[in-house]
Amino acid sequence: MTLQRYSITDRPLDVTEVISLVEDRNAGAINTFIGTVREMTKGKRTIYLKYDAYVPMAEKKLAQIGDEITSRFPDARVAISHRTGELGISDIAVVIAVSTPHRADSFEACRYAIERIKEIVPIWKKEHWEDGTEWIGDQRETKAYPAGKPGKENLS
Amino acid sequence: MIKVLLFAELEDAAGKRKIELDMADVTVADVRERLVAEYPGLRRIDRAMPAVNEEYAEADEKVNAGDTVAFIPPVSGG
Repeated sequence: MTLQRYSITDRPLDVTEVISLVEDRNAGAINTFIGTVREMTKGKRTIYLKYDAYVPMAEKKLAQIGDEITSRFPDARVAISHRTGELGISDIAVVIAVSTPHRADSFEACRYAIERIKEIVPIWKKEHWEDGTEWIGDQRETKAYPAGKPGKENLS
Repeated sequence: MIKVLLFAELEDAAGKRKIELDMADVTVADVRERLVAEYPGLRRIDRAMPAVNEEYAEADEKVNAGDTVAFIPPVSGG
């Protein structure tokens, strides 16, 4: 099965496979971000997490993030995979790979991609703590949706 | 018919992810109002961002029969 460049999947993520989607003879750098499940958050212990997504829209929004990156760094190649379903501690939730001709752009673009995922991609995390469950929103701890929605600047 | 999708805390509050509403030629705000009237547990739908046919939308966006309106609570991927 060929992996799409922007995918939501309920299967374990393979970092090498995501990287292979951005390999390029003209790239001098491939930057990766791997998001993993953390056990302790502010003193609370996570047993496992469950991710859910609005899959078709989430894949479109991942592709939009890729477009935003290439409009700024035209030579960049981007791939993002996010997992859904039940994940245990240290499991990989998201893999981002960005290749660019020079290293500075790949760092910047990769950072941009993960921050943007936390703003506009319809994926939700349900924490199963030692002492209960909770859907997590607003994890950037900004006012997530002032006036009940992302600002226009988040939607362009 | 308008197809409504609810996620995360909203899905839990309504007890279902998909709802079909017998409505046509309305706005996102009308859909939201109707949902809150039918499912009092959905008060927090005001915190959610609407999307029409998989694209974020404003409350005054028109919704026609056959469209899908999703309510997206604050996201937490990554």
